[in-house]
Amino acid sequence: MAERAARPGPGTAEVFVRAPGAGLAAAALRARGAGPTGAGPVGGRGLCGEPARGFAPPQPGLAAAMIHSLFLINASGDIFLEKHWKSVVSRSVCDYFFEAQERASEAENVPPVIPTPHHYLLSVYRHKIFFVAVIQSEVPPLFVIEFLHRVVDTFQDYFGVCSEVIIKDNVVVVYEVLEEMLDNGFPLATESNILKELIKPPTILRTVVNTITGSTNVGDQLPTGQLSVVPWRRTGVKYTNNEAYFDVIEEIDAIIDKSGSTITAEIQGVIDACVKLTGMPDLTLSFMNPRLLDDVSFHPCVRFKRWESERILSFIPPDGNFRLLSYHVSAQNLVAIPVYVKHNISFRDSSSLGRFEITVGPKQTMGKTVEGVMVTSQMPKSVLNMTLTPSQGTHVFDPVTKLLSWDVGKINPQKLPSLKGSVSLQAGTSKPDENPTINLQFKIQQLAISGLKVNRLDMYGEKYKPFKGIKYMTKAGKFQVRT
Amino acid sequence: MEQNSTMLGKIIEVSCSIKSALKGKNFDVTLKPYLTVEEKRLAAAGDPCRCMKQYFTSNEDLKQMLESSKDSAKLDAMKRIVGMIAKGKNASELFPAVVKNVASKNIEIKKLVYVYLMRYAEEQQDLALLSISTFQRALKDPNQLIRASALRVLSSIRVPIIVPIMMLAIKEASSDLSPYVRKNAAHAIQKLYSLDPEQKEMLIEVIEKLLKDRSTLVAGSVVMAFEEVCPDRIDLIHKNYRKLCNLLVDVEEWGQVVIIHMLTRYARTQFLSPWKVDEVVDEYSESNFYESDEEQKEKDQKLKTIYTMDPDHRLLLRNTKPLLQSRNAAVVMAVAQLYWHLAPKSEAGIVSKSLVRLLRSNREVQYIVLQNIATMSIQRKGMFEPYLKSFYVRSTDPTMIKTLKLEIMTNLANEANISTLLREFQTYVKSQDKQFAAATIQAIGRCATNITEVTDTCLNGLVCLLSNRDEIVVAESVVVIKKLLQTQPAHHGEIIKHMAKLLDNITVPVARASILWLIGEYCERVPKIAPDVLRKTAKSFTNEDDLVKLQILNLGAKLYLTNSKQTKLLTQYVLNLGKYDQSYDIRDRTRFIRQLIVPNEKSGALSKYAKKIFLAQKPAPLLESPFKDRDHFQLGTLSHTLNSRATGYLELSDWPEVAPDPSVRNVDVAESAKEWTGIPGKPKKEKPTEKFYSESEEEEDDSASTSSSGSGSASESEKEDEDEGSTDESSGSSSPSEESTDSESDSKESAAKKRCRAVNESDSQDIKKKAEGISIKRSTSSSSDTEYTSSDECSSDSKSDSESGKSRNATSNKVSKKEEKPAQDRKTPKTQDMFLLDLDDFCPVTTPVAVPTAAVLSPSLAADLEGLSLSSSSVIDVTMQVSVPTKTHELLHRMSGKGLAAHYHFSRQPGIFGDRMVPVQVTVTNTTDQKIENIHIGEKKLPPGMRMHEFNPIECLEPGGSITATMGIDFCDSTQTASFQLCTKDDHFSVNIQPPVGELLLPVTMSEKDFKKEQGMLTGMNETSTTIAVAPQNSTRLVIIERVVKAANLGVVPSGQDNIHRFAAKTMHSGSLMLVTVELKESSTAQLIINTEKTVIGSVLLRELKPVLSQG
Repeated sequence: MAERAARPGPGTAEVFVRAPGAGLAAAALRARGAGPTGAGPVGGRGLCGEPARGFAPPQPGLAAAMIHSLFLINASGDIFLEKHWKSVVSRSVCDYFFEAQERASEAENVPPVIPTPHHYLLSVYRHKIFFVAVIQSEVPPLFVIEFLHRVVDTFQDYFGVCSEVIIKDNVVVVYEVLEEMLDNGFPLATESNILKELIKPPTILRTVVNTITGSTNVGDQLPTGQLSVVPWRRTGVKYTNNEAYFDVIEEIDAIIDKSGSTITAEIQGVIDACVKLTGMPDLTLSFMNPRLLDDVSFHPCVRFKRWESERILSFIPPDGNFRLLSYHVSAQNLVAIPVYVKHNISFRDSSSLGRFEITVGPKQTMGKTVEGVMVTSQMPKSVLNMTLTPSQGTHVFDPVTKLLSWDVGKINPQKLPSLKGSVSLQAGTSKPDENPTINLQFKIQQLAISGLKVNRLDMYGEKYKPFKGIKYMTKAGKFQVRT
Repeated sequence: MEQNSTMLGKIIEVSCSIKSALKGKNFDVTLKPYLTVEEKRLAAAGDPCRCMKQYFTSNEDLKQMLESSKDSAKLDAMKRIVGMIAKGKNASELFPAVVKNVASKNIEIKKLVYVYLMRYAEEQQDLALLSISTFQRALKDPNQLIRASALRVLSSIRVPIIVPIMMLAIKEASSDLSPYVRKNAAHAIQKLYSLDPEQKEMLIEVIEKLLKDRSTLVAGSVVMAFEEVCPDRIDLIHKNYRKLCNLLVDVEEWGQVVIIHMLTRYARTQFLSPWKVDEVVDEYSESNFYESDEEQKEKDQKLKTIYTMDPDHRLLLRNTKPLLQSRNAAVVMAVAQLYWHLAPKSEAGIVSKSLVRLLRSNREVQYIVLQNIATMSIQRKGMFEPYLKSFYVRSTDPTMIKTLKLEIMTNLANEANISTLLREFQTYVKSQDKQFAAATIQAIGRCATNITEVTDTCLNGLVCLLSNRDEIVVAESVVVIKKLLQTQPAHHGEIIKHMAKLLDNITVPVARASILWLIGEYCERVPKIAPDVLRKTAKSFTNEDDLVKLQILNLGAKLYLTNSKQTKLLTQYVLNLGKYDQSYDIRDRTRFIRQLIVPNEKSGALSKYAKKIFLAQKPAPLLESPFKDRDHFQLGTLSHTLNSRATGYLELSDWPEVAPDPSVRNVDVAESAKEWTGIPGKPKKEKPTEKFYSESEEEEDDSASTSSSGSGSASESEKEDEDEGSTDESSGSSSPSEESTDSESDSKESAAKKRCRAVNESDSQDIKKKAEGISIKRSTSSSSDTEYTSSDECSSDSKSDSESGKSRNATSNKVSKKEEKPAQDRKTPKTQDMFLLDLDDFCPVTTPVAVPTAAVLSPSLAADLEGLSLSSSSVIDVTMQVSVPTKTHELLHRMSGKGLAAHYHFSRQPGIFGDRMVPVQVTVTNTTDQKIENIHIGEKKLPPGMRMHEFNPIECLEPGGSITATMGIDFCDSTQTASFQLCTKDDHFSVNIQPPVGELLLPVTMSEKDFKKEQGMLTGMNETSTTIAVAPQNSTRLVIIERVVKAANLGVVPSGQDNIHRFAAKTMHSGSLMLVTVELKESSTAQLIINTEKTVIGSVLLRELKPVLSQG
């Protein structure tokens, strides 16, 4: 690892030249720590910067690769995976990241771009893991960020969930996938269809088989994907049951003010597809009311011109799950808000007790039931505890994070769910000047709140009759009620 | 197995020790909560040390496993080694053991060894050289993926000694037939460059060559290499500019980003500023958003009187616009910055909707996008004003997002929306996130200074905040109020008094200092309070912050000058305190002030002006956005995000005063003429992406031509075209074989292209056709077809007149065609003759019955052909077929067809239905005495992958009549049967077509040299051969050619030797080469060799060709 890590610290220039043994990095680090703390660990790190790399590229800037290295860091600040696409960048570069992490109160506030003397650290935070890319020179930051997100998506696609444990368990697959995704720091294969052909995702069955036969997940046949007719679809797809499912999911983003009037509300929708069709099907999906869609972004498979001229989605789908379309419903349409929240939260100056009362009720639901209702609210710091009784569902108040969450479940219009009780405040502190905002989650099945309707789905190019299914759902996106 | 279990034991041991180490670490952490990050890292690093001993032993194990003969053991070892690498542990000592396995047959082991090699080769250079020969061998592998991966690994081994080998490999790979290999070559360029910058010149040559590549696969990678190696060689781009613009939609997303950024820089050096006009015409107005394209065009027309946008500039803007719909945020941002930096101000607005859309994305994407919007919104408010509500803050947003949103809202504030905004701000001020609340107060301050109407409202609001319970809020308000009062100090005595009272409660130094400064500055307005404030602060002087101390001194000095009677003693007391202060700043200041205000002999003239110095009118501070001058960095770049120059940032140049010569982008004639023949070996791989969008390209092209018509380039291209036409001709006639047909085919080819185009324009509804995509149209050679095209040509003339530079080939050929017409007329019968020779008993039936509308040529092919040089790539051209088999097959017997009979034969007219479809001519005959109506194809039962293009239904067939229709079937390079139903009005009959393997081919011409080269790459598994007996009468050259070509649709390769005959073709579906060699030996035997990747087809073909030559 850190061979030849020259550290120009004040008075402690240590050069490690290819010492034998495995725990070299550790040795280097230990030596650093064990030395006289003259420079001080923090000062030493902060001032003298990262160590010069052993086999440094000729000049910084010349040896630019888009993404030089990737470090995966967990919540407690351990680097649990590293991958280098060019010469090795010492782990110590992450110290700058840790510094920023410490400075930020929450993981969310760690800046995505951190400059260091010789590198730039671009990170994304997902699934409680920081994916930190090290880059050396000018590059569009979104390029790197978008790529990192794609990496996470790929892991998720491969392993179902993306967590530290899963990544550690599948380190070889992860490594192989990363190897294929970037060449010299430049994205090579990012379509999951292609990747899955190169490296088979692990399944329980395959894991068992692999342990017995001792084979890995590397595809034993070379994929034709890179060169297939359709870059995002692998060739030779075969299913006994041919199915195509489309989920139209709309999310309502809204801010509701104290009095219950809407400050802003918009609908963002996506169409997620799960297509398992044999061969090379060519699908067209048309809407009853395509004019509703104001701003759209497509999976690369969608033929843009066809949409422009006819408002029809025409595409050869990738195999498996993918997001076909995301859209925004034009702002002219008034957004129907399906639920309302009645709230009465008050703190009194004199006593250390406050009142808390919320009721959730359906508003414009087009006759459908509102399910999966979940109310969360971040209480002010001065709140010590809450004594509440819900009319239905369960509620939890975490006295450490001060987060109140109430899992309501279904809303019964005859008997509206409510949560009542008292709030005890820290004695001696004055009442908080702002009431907490209430975040709402809910689901309405079989309804697209914008009124979007799929007209028909047709398949060309293949002979069989596929099973087609379309599902609608409305969800709360970022739905906030100010109190 | 046993070995495995011992391994397992070891692993458990290791993990246990790690666990205990971790426990120890956690323990430390809880004991010492102040542990620094550094120490934590050390603690974490502690565990590998502790189990170092075990590593040594396990490494021995690994070595043994790698030496083992069993693949499974090796694999297991490699997996563990990769695990070590991933954790950042050193595995370099295993190098010798690992590198031995580089030639492993097992692909899984091989891959992992590659991973290892890339990681450690640099450190073990000598040993790494052992692996090089393996890669060199793999570079010659017939499989493109193996070639590519060999190049990839070879170039990733950062060992300087192999630079020449790498250089050679890159050069070779850059002219590889497979675009995937070429893509990898482009990647390798950067790697080699970073390893050895001295190779720059040579690498630039390779880049230049690859830039001309037509494949969308290559484009992104080579531009990347260009940006890395020679971003200043803008001259390399000229010739490829139009091609890149046209390809852009089809390039993969990452490549798009790189290309767009590069083109932005390019355009800024090559085109005139479109902004100067804007300044005259109008500022950006909201209506532009909703303006339709027509209106836009009209407007452009208007502008043209003053400024004409270079058509190439327009081309770039138009071709990038659809990418705003990309799912990739980086692409959208790239287009947005391109519009920002290149588009006329009135058009830049189209990007805002897409940018706002990105705000739904992840936090990191939001962060970058918001930063860019912030910069944009300062200069052009109108762009984002309609989306104001999208920037409203949610309490769940991270602080950095909140502040950025606030920034943008402040930038967008104007008279109309300020009241809504202020109401929104009021909510924010109360936020639990105090950092954000403070930022809001600053924002209110900025709104107040920028919009004079609301200054008073804001000020009152801020004063209310002074009674807020939170200190940070109050402090921030004080600071902002101070700034506001400074801008209009006239009548704010009351506020100052109020603030003076606050002094007792506020502890935040900045706020205290601000209040003191205010009182000092306006001490004449509050004559009673000021001295009292000084008295109070003098008492607390020693306990104040430095910042406050300075202001106390300041206040003292000002009061001394205005009201010395009351404050003289107080001031002197303060000055004395300051004199002995710990901070030298304070001591300095004290000395300075004392000299100025207290007159003595030394101070001289200055003290006379002390009042003027201290109480001068001070300019009000400007409350500005921190994003104010970020726009000198190109938007969307890292430098912009950091607001400082990042390494390797390339400055965006200013618009040139005078536009450089636009003709440099015209692609010269010789090149395109050459490409004409050079292309067909390659385009196979380009099609996939092309087919998806080419229809759009086409339409765009058309509009391009309309908008750019009348500009200089059009006429220029016309001129060029004539040249091209003549070169075409000459090249045709100079070709050694088949002179007449060759030149003929050239011109016909273009005619055919144009026809497709016309057809395509008129009929773009056919879904199926679109799905099949647009294919490269090859020359057609049946006589009837020739007639058809030439007649069609006249009708499309008018259309093609308006085509511009992109469809140059079409236009050019039109020109040449016109000249040639008389000559062609003469030739036509000749060709007919030639066919009649072969078609002894089969009468050529006119095909136009079933209008072959499906054959469509992407006009971009014309552009495809530009910018691809022939210099080193081999010439493999699809030719017209030499012979048409006479044999017809029965499709439906008249007995089973109730009087309807059908025959089919393979017409070998390539490309009618797209180049993957084997054209089949079906002749239906009515043997009944009644009319048969509505003959069409019913239900199809095709094997997976197979597709079929039906013939148009035949409405009515008279008794005794027969009619021929053409259909296309894509057999997917297999001899599987295509079953379908032939239906009439009343009946349907199941029929099937099974293709002879010879019909699944498409003849190509190539030179003997290329043939040998290709053959060299298709050896081993890919070669099948057999010895056959040749009947004596068959041994002459002509007979052999005739027979072989009749049996299979092969192209003849000119041969230098009399006894060797070569034929070449490629498979219809996948485009794999099929090389056939017939080598005559003594005693009437011959060696028949077939080289192809498609070994199955190869062996079937071999079997079929065998009897052809041996029979009499």
